[in-house]
Amino acid sequence: MTSVAILDYGMGNLRSVCKAVEHVAPSAKVQLTHDADCLRQADRVIFPGQGAITGCIQALDKYNLHKVLLECLNEKPFLGICLGLQALYDESEEGGGTTCLGILPGKVKKFPTSMTESENGQVLKVPHMGWNQVCQIQSHPLWQGINQDERFYFVHSYYVEYTEQASVAGTTDYGLKFTAAAARDNIFAVQFHPEKSQHAGLQLLKNFINWNGRL
Amino acid sequence: MGLAKRIIPCLDVDNGRVVKGVQFVEIRDAGDPVEVARRYDEQGADEITFLDITASSDDRETMVHVVEQVASQVFIPLTVGGGIRKVEDIRRMLNAGADKVAINTAAVFNPEFVKEAADHFGSQCIVVAIDAKQVSDGDNPRWEIFTHGGRKPTGIDAIEWARKMADYGAGEILLTSMDRDGTKDGFDIKLTRSVSDAVNIPVIASGGVGSLEHLAAGVTEGHADAVLAASIFHFGEFTVAQAKALMAKMGIEIRNMAS
Repeated sequence: MTSVAILDYGMGNLRSVCKAVEHVAPSAKVQLTHDADCLRQADRVIFPGQGAITGCIQALDKYNLHKVLLECLNEKPFLGICLGLQALYDESEEGGGTTCLGILPGKVKKFPTSMTESENGQVLKVPHMGWNQVCQIQSHPLWQGINQDERFYFVHSYYVEYTEQASVAGTTDYGLKFTAAAARDNIFAVQFHPEKSQHAGLQLLKNFINWNGRL
Repeated sequence: MGLAKRIIPCLDVDNGRVVKGVQFVEIRDAGDPVEVARRYDEQGADEITFLDITASSDDRETMVHVVEQVASQVFIPLTVGGGIRKVEDIRRMLNAGADKVAINTAAVFNPEFVKEAADHFGSQCIVVAIDAKQVSDGDNPRWEIFTHGGRKPTGIDAIEWARKMADYGAGEILLTSMDRDGTKDGFDIKLTRSVSDAVNIPVIASGGVGSLEHLAAGVTEGHADAVLAASIFHFGEFTVAQAKALMAKMGIEIRNMAS
C-alpha cells in the first residue's frame, strides 16, 4: 500500500485530484495536507494547483512549505499539475513577475491575446480551455498506455515557454508550442489536468501511483 | 491538430432530479443526475454542466450532494450554475467537486461579484451565464440581458455586457438565447457570432438545439468554442458520439473517445 500526499495550500479544486487518485488506487492512503511531516512521510507527493501563481508561492511561504517541498522534489516520486508545473520554473510573468522555485530552467509567460488559427484566421481565445493534444517527445513510465497525441483537458492563461532541453516530456500547440509536460529524475509535471482528462488522465495518475521514481 | 470544440450536455436539476422544461414551462423528468452524467461521460461528453433550477435553499444542499456523487465517478470538468450569489456558494460547489461555477443573476445585480470571484478562485473557474433576448431587428439587431428565467428585461446590451464580464475576470461565457431556448429551432447564430467575436474568452452557445446540425452550426457559423444542449441528449434522440461523428465529418476538430 502506497501513501500519497496531495499538497493543500488552500487554492482551487484540489478535491478533484483526491477523488481521481482514490479512484485509480483504492487501496492507497490519500491525504490532502499542508503538514510538513505528512509530506515527509508520504511515499509520493502531488503538487496540484489552479488560480494564480503569486498566491500559490505566497501560500507555500505562509505554510512554511518551501523546505519540505524541496526535499520531496529531491527524493520521491513527485507529480506537479498545472500551477504545480509552472511553479517549478525560474519565474512567471503573472502578478507583475513572480519568482518561482527554480527547479527547472525557464520562464512562464502569458498567452498573447492576438493569436489566430492558421487555417481560418479565427482568434484563439485565452484561457486555453478544453481538450488539446499532447505530443510525447520522450518515453517515460508515466506515458505508459497513453497514445501519442492523446487529448487532455487544459485550462490556463500562462504557459511554460518551450525550449529544447532534456526535461521536456511533452508539448502542445496553441498558437505557439509550449511545454505540456516536464520530467527530470523523480519529478514529472504536467500543464493539463489528468484528474479531469477521463481515461487518459486516470491512466497517467495510475502510472504515477505505480512509479518508483526512476526512469 | 489543435484545441477541440467541446460538446457539453446540460442537466437542469430540480430537487435532485434531472428535468427539462420547454421555455421554462413544461417540466419533464429525465432521470437521476449521477446516472445521466455517467452516460454522457461514456458517450464522450467533453464537460457536463448542471443548472440548479431549485428555488429553495434546502434543496440547494441536495445539489451539493449531487455534485459530490458525480465528481467521484466522472472525471471530466463539471460546471454548476443556479443560485450562485456569494463567494461561499462558489467555495461549497468547488469543494463538492465542481470545476467551474456559472454566475448569472448575481452578476447582473452586482458585477463586482464577478471580479471578487475571479480574484479569489481564478478566472478559470468563473463562467458568466448570459441570458439574452433580441429586442430589435434589422441589419443591426440588438440583444438585451434578461433575468429571472427570461422574464425580466434589464436594458443591458448583451454584447457590451459580455465584454464587461470578460474585463471583470470571467474565464468563459455561457450564452443562452432566450428566444430559442426550448424551441429546437437551432442556436441564434447572429447572437452567438456577435458575442464570440466580441470577446477574447471562450463562448459556449446554448438555447434551441434540435438537431446535430444545429450543434455544428454553433461552431462553424456561430464561432462558438463549445456547444451546450440538453433535451436532444436526455430523451435518447441523439448521443454525444453521434454529434461528434457529424462534426468530425464536417471538418470540425473534436475529441474522439479512446478505442
